[in-house]
Amino acid sequence: MSDANYPDDLRYHDQHDWARLEGDDHAVFGITWYAQDSLGEVVFYDGPEVGATVQKDSSYAEVESVKAVSDVIAPLSGEIVEINDALEDTPEKINDDPYGDGWLVKVRLTSPEEAGSLLAAAEYQKLLES
Amino acid sequence: MTLTETPMQRERAMTIYEKSKPGRRAAVLPDAGVPEAPLAELIPAHLLREQAPNLPEIAEPEIVRHYNKLSRRNFDLDSGFYPLGSCTMKHNPRLNERVAALPGHARLHPAQDPRRAQGALELMWLLQESLSEICGLPHVSLQPSAGSHGELAGLLLTRAYHADRGEERTKVLAPDTSHGTNPASVTMAGYEVVKVATNERGGVEMDDLRAKIDEDPDQVACLMLTNPNTLGLFDENIAEIASLIHAAGGTLYYDGANLNAVMGQSRPGDMGFDIVHVNLHKSFSQPHGGGGPGAGPIAVSDRIEPFLPRPQVVRREADNGHGLSFDLDHERPKSIGRLRGFQGNFGVFVRSYAYILSLGADGLAEASETAVLNANYLKARLADGRAGERLPIAFDRHCMHEFVLSGKPMKKELGLATLDLAKRLLDFGFHPPTVYFPLLVDEALMVEPTETETKESLDAFAAAIEQILEEAEGDPEIAKQAPYTTPVRRLDEVKATRHPVVRQPLQPPPPTGR
Repeated sequence: MSDANYPDDLRYHDQHDWARLEGDDHAVFGITWYAQDSLGEVVFYDGPEVGATVQKDSSYAEVESVKAVSDVIAPLSGEIVEINDALEDTPEKINDDPYGDGWLVKVRLTSPEEAGSLLAAAEYQKLLES
Repeated sequence: MTLTETPMQRERAMTIYEKSKPGRRAAVLPDAGVPEAPLAELIPAHLLREQAPNLPEIAEPEIVRHYNKLSRRNFDLDSGFYPLGSCTMKHNPRLNERVAALPGHARLHPAQDPRRAQGALELMWLLQESLSEICGLPHVSLQPSAGSHGELAGLLLTRAYHADRGEERTKVLAPDTSHGTNPASVTMAGYEVVKVATNERGGVEMDDLRAKIDEDPDQVACLMLTNPNTLGLFDENIAEIASLIHAAGGTLYYDGANLNAVMGQSRPGDMGFDIVHVNLHKSFSQPHGGGGPGAGPIAVSDRIEPFLPRPQVVRREADNGHGLSFDLDHERPKSIGRLRGFQGNFGVFVRSYAYILSLGADGLAEASETAVLNANYLKARLADGRAGERLPIAFDRHCMHEFVLSGKPMKKELGLATLDLAKRLLDFGFHPPTVYFPLLVDEALMVEPTETETKESLDAFAAAIEQILEEAEGDPEIAKQAPYTTPVRRLDEVKATRHPVVRQPLQPPPPTGR
């Protein structure tokens, strides 16, 4: 498992989710290093289908670890255009590489301007310190 | 340091099937004295199995050793302190076992005609009456067989109650501190769960509750609450909570898992609850763990009574005019129906009634007082020294029968997770408290000492935590590799969840016919 890290090119939601903005109106979502570390080893991922809509601040998926089942909160609103199929058989990718192979969904954003309310890496880390 | 395996660690636990040797027997039966007929002549061919059942073949001394050995690999309340939060692991008085083992109790057939099971029915009726008085609600059904079963019953009763009024409601509110079974039961009963937030005092956030009700008051079927809640805190706003839910037309459900804190002190019925489940196996001293047997009787208010499961144990004037008799009442047209076969786990009823009788009203009140005193004493002990620094209390108030600490500073400063502390406690001879629950507390450790522990046990537990933290300041790896002394060390929980082996691979079955 990697050490704590929070890449600068991502935008963060205070419920421990990240979004990587791609072009004007697309983004990839995942959970942060802190989230996967708090959960412990993930044993099951239950995600949405392509075509589903997600709402900022609402749950769109569930991750189950040996400790608990937790909701995953959407950092932005939009429609799912791609899902990470590999997680069905290898949910541990969420632990091993939360910002890379452990990505969850790709979304076409319906309100790209919402990204303005997300946190930068430094702000998110400050939140974790508090 | 080189670690050597203990003899128990070296020896893998085996199932009794792995010890089977063809032809071995525990008993040799004498000849039946009647001519033996081939099975095929006695049973129609289509009902005969094609392969003999795979039963272990073992001699009696090996059977005794096998189960004795397995029991020594276990940790139970009879081995040591077991402060499992929200699960009330109290001592089970041996008197109860003696009473439950009386042949009239132990050998009663569940299909016995009620006229010939008057003693058993009377005991059940008296237990209903006792629980009714303890809960402050007039009617009781003993049918549900677990807390979660009581929850499901309560929600089905809520649905029946509203349906009878021509209403169909869809939402059940539950605080984010609630037991995991609450939202699960809600979903199973076909309702939608609405989570209510927790305030800074550890109780229900009233503004959030009002907002969730106001969204659509006509859809609010029920609020499920544990009081004291899973933080071990009594909700100070219970009267207002009850009036808000009743004003919206919903029912108020009391999860009785924490009844041990208030038995004989305050009554859920007086707080405004409509439906209560009681975990006889927690509050009323039935041995539990490992999934049973348990009992989750429900007590309800007058407006819910018509819908109770059937049959109900009732007391009637006897036919011949002499004295009273007890019966099973099936004539309950509005009932939600049967919740299980027969009448419940009768042995549990006997033990719990024996417990209630032997303690009496004063004794039950004293039990909960002592449970609360023990929890507050241990909480105060753990507020000092290293535990106070590294494992602070999550909500700093007087607690009831349990309290929740947060291992967040311990994890940050020592790199020690609550799980590591829990595992290391095993080496000190303690069963760890509940960990990682409730979810709103980071690195939660939930401690419920119960009333039957001595001050010496509580002190020893506090001292063990202090010692583990001191040791971790020197070398956190010690706790991270723990436990060292248990029959098995760290289990691969991830593999167990991802690739569970739920069935022993069968050896080739023996040929049919003997």
